[in-house]
Amino acid sequence: MLKLYGKYFSIHLKSTMQYKGSFFATLIGSFLTSFTVFLGISFMFQRFHKVAEFSYEEVLLCYGIMLMGFSVAQMFASGFKVFDSMIANGEFDRILCRPRNEIFQVLAYRIDFIRVGMLLQGIVMLVYGLASCYVDWNFSRVITVIFMAVGGCVLFSALFLLDGSIAFFTLQGLEFMNVFTYGAIEHGKYPLSIYGKGMLTFCTFVIPYALVQYYPLTYVLGRSDNPLFIFLPLLACLFVVPCWIVWRIGVRRYKSTGS
Amino acid sequence: MIEVQDLRKTFKVARREAGFGQAVKALFHREYTYVHALDGVSFRIGDGEMVGYIGPNGAGKSSTIKILSGILTPDSGKCLIDGRIPWKSRQKHVKEIGVVFGQRTQLWWDVPVVDSFELLKEIYAIPTEVYKKNVDQLTELLDLAQLLRTPARQLSLGQRMRCEIAGSLLHNPKILFLDEPTIGLDAVSKLAVRDFIKRLNQERHTTVLLTTHDMQDIEALASRILLIGKGKILLDGSLEDIRRGGSHIDETVAELYKKFDVT
Repeated sequence: MLKLYGKYFSIHLKSTMQYKGSFFATLIGSFLTSFTVFLGISFMFQRFHKVAEFSYEEVLLCYGIMLMGFSVAQMFASGFKVFDSMIANGEFDRILCRPRNEIFQVLAYRIDFIRVGMLLQGIVMLVYGLASCYVDWNFSRVITVIFMAVGGCVLFSALFLLDGSIAFFTLQGLEFMNVFTYGAIEHGKYPLSIYGKGMLTFCTFVIPYALVQYYPLTYVLGRSDNPLFIFLPLLACLFVVPCWIVWRIGVRRYKSTGS
Repeated sequence: MIEVQDLRKTFKVARREAGFGQAVKALFHREYTYVHALDGVSFRIGDGEMVGYIGPNGAGKSSTIKILSGILTPDSGKCLIDGRIPWKSRQKHVKEIGVVFGQRTQLWWDVPVVDSFELLKEIYAIPTEVYKKNVDQLTELLDLAQLLRTPARQLSLGQRMRCEIAGSLLHNPKILFLDEPTIGLDAVSKLAVRDFIKRLNQERHTTVLLTTHDMQDIEALASRILLIGKGKILLDGSLEDIRRGGSHIDETVAELYKKFDVT
């Protein structure tokens, strides 16, 4: 399976390299786009110094981690973002004609290398945040940061999967799903607690963003010493399960309606 | 061996009148009509047979092919292909069949054809010797030597179709479904494709089920013909059975469509 994915990867890389100029221009563009967000945060903190109880450096650390998870998910799970058109142009029939798992094939259908720009931006912010935050680094905190990035990546991928699955029922992607993906990365810049209790509850129990962001972040920053918070990002990965079930129902429906 | 018994498939189709007002109305209240794409289809195709599957547009040809290749689940009826139920054991089933959709591509657009083949090799887990042998053979038979290094997007339709067919045969399928393989091809490519399918059937004894609107395809290839209309098999016989009505096959088939009232 891994070898096969490697083959797909090299095909996508070759295809992308066919249009080198466009690739690098877009790459820089994508880097700059997220850079403006970075600037936005900087300008705001020149005015306010603190948002709720979080400092500039802490917000950068938080956003850097989220952005890394988000960009990796965008890069590798982008097949689901175009899934409605895959159904419309019959590509999904093609997938069903091949002796491999459907989700695997959709994942392998598209790899969005452009997102490397955003990933770089995430890394820059993370490194800056790490260097300037007054965090007493130890093993469990490092592990927590890694879990946060991985958990974020899985959570966003799951949301893309859910977004794609909806195309089975509506035959067109639903724009409102972007609220949960792009919206999340937009307001995920800041630790979710600043939006108030209602929002935090929603992001804890409905779509578990807070499990990969707010709670473990408080642990990393030493605001909380509850060791459970280290593992919350892994718990958030369970969000894949309901999304996968929706997908299965969708595939079954597709096979019985053919459209 | 393909055994199909009393397959039924009904689609629910949303329907509305033209016009903006109707479109708004349809947002809240939809009217559906039911289309019986397959209305009790039964047939049996033995190993190594070559069968032409014809019928007017919307008769149920594509639905049948989709069911046989495991993409679609029927409402009722039985279908057994070499002992497998296509929609129940999809992955196992599709390993043994090849499917060519004339209007869609399975080649990767931006990379040379041979890269697509290499990927198919991995997808189907084809052993290297088998793969090499098949590529060599197919290259020779379909005259692909000049094409393999070209990206698919730069191929003409005829060249691409030859590559498509080759791609669907790399894993030695015992059964090949061809959905309008000659659509839009020029005379030379059509002949090449027909010739190849014929040899494939004779030399490898691959079972071929082919849908087409081109009666010359049928004349050249199929010894047996299934005629479907309005979801029912209307005629199962040889080319001679169809020819009986007149000399020119296109007219005869049009006559048949009219006779069965399926146009």
